[in-house]
Amino acid sequence: QDMQDKETVTPERAEEAKLKAKYPNLGQKPGGSDFLMKRLQKGQKYFDSGDYNMAKAKMKNKQLPSAGPDKNLVTGDHIPTPQDLPQRKSSLVTSKLAG
Amino acid sequence: ADIISTVEFNYSGDLLATGDKGGRVVIFQREQENKSRPHSRGEYNVYSTFQSHEPEFDYLKSLEIEEKINKIRWLPQQNAAHFLLSTNDKTIKLWKISERDKRAEGYNLKDEDGRLRDPFRITALRVPILKPMDLMVEASPRRIFANAHTYHINSISVNSDHETYLSADDLRINLWHLEITDRSFNIVDIKPANMEELTEVITAAEFHPHHCNVFVYSSSKGTIRLCDMRSSALCDRHSKFFEEPEDPSSRSFFSEIISSISDVKFSHSGRYMMTRDYLSVKVWDLNMENRPVETYQVHEYLRSKLCSLYENDCIFDKFECCWNGPDAIMTGSYNNFFRMFDRSTRRDITLEASRESSKPRAVLKPRKVCTGGKRKKDEISVDSLDFNKKILHTAWHPVENIIAVAATNNLYIFQDKIN
Repeated sequence: QDMQDKETVTPERAEEAKLKAKYPNLGQKPGGSDFLMKRLQKGQKYFDSGDYNMAKAKMKNKQLPSAGPDKNLVTGDHIPTPQDLPQRKSSLVTSKLAG
Repeated sequence: ADIISTVEFNYSGDLLATGDKGGRVVIFQREQENKSRPHSRGEYNVYSTFQSHEPEFDYLKSLEIEEKINKIRWLPQQNAAHFLLSTNDKTIKLWKISERDKRAEGYNLKDEDGRLRDPFRITALRVPILKPMDLMVEASPRRIFANAHTYHINSISVNSDHETYLSADDLRINLWHLEITDRSFNIVDIKPANMEELTEVITAAEFHPHHCNVFVYSSSKGTIRLCDMRSSALCDRHSKFFEEPEDPSSRSFFSEIISSISDVKFSHSGRYMMTRDYLSVKVWDLNMENRPVETYQVHEYLRSKLCSLYENDCIFDKFECCWNGPDAIMTGSYNNFFRMFDRSTRRDITLEASRESSKPRAVLKPRKVCTGGKRKKDEISVDSLDFNKKILHTAWHPVENIIAVAATNNLYIFQDKIN
């Protein structure tokens, strides 16, 4: 009887096993405080109000001057300008899958 | 940008308000019966549109405050004008919607186009008269209730006393008086002294429909607390605690997430309340705290898809639910499907809100999801469901069998076929 109970896996448990197999570093407590903290801080964070206003201006006006043909390449003999630098990613948003 | 984020009928059902992600409110009005256009009875047409909230920037935290309207709640009508509360994450606004169909003409001091008349030219006095004009519907903000919420507002609820209302964010609930904007009373505060100890958040709150001292709030752990404001000023200690016992052997990584309650609604009688969690709708008797009296499965077939639903974040979708009298309940699902349950007959139906499946005045065909085995014709398999087409917001007319269903950026209004 006991052996049989161990073998029947509920669909939920099967899904949990799938998730853990994909992301072995997943935290033990999904409802724990890290998880909830991310939930509390919804909304995109900007470095400062200047950053925010730049982002809004960029959305309105897509024609920003480009750095040149090799936009993505910033090498040693080319002095980078602000437009060359890769778009700064939001620093606080880490994937919930990283655990 | 035009994704509908809330839908709400007013008390008579003549007006239907929708709020969207862009901060706009659109109000629809039901057409009156008209002999020359018999089919237009019951149709809803746009009555008023206005920008309720604008995007803001919190300078202190460098956070963007979305203009998305989270909830709209109507006030009971007391005079010719209509009032509603609309809220985004941080600010609640009271809007007055009024009609103007008369205009005064014949002023003494100014011309018809508004220019001041030369005083020396005025030789006689006249009494201005009211003349009819084309109907104009005006929306004006009457009160702005700001700066009372550190976290994001998820609910507002007008009290049965018609004088106060509550607003709830993730960790706190505040009580307001509709006339007073510079003061708010905190009635629930679940913020722990040490944020590391945070285990649950408030997900929804509502006042009792008849007892103005009673309200409930639901949590991310699947519990509901009923509070009585007569017992203390700060209702951190509940009067009743509703929780369904969990089978410990079936607990998984997903258990807590899918038990999170996304909506709570009292029945019109106030005797029952309904909660919506990820996979089901539960009806609770306020007199019984240890388990719900009824549980309805909305889309149980998703239980075997929880892994991918967690990866694509759909497991965090917040579905609402609504009552139709005491007999029926309605809630949304994926693939533009929505479900209705009849409490007395225990029958349920799945319908679809999409352009392809609903021609005007055609009867909706029931849909069925194939959960396994052979798929019959007209059934849709679980893997073919479109999880981007979610129906999170639905509303039922307070009196008649008319429903409003928001499918992303489209609003569908269905009514019972009159034979």
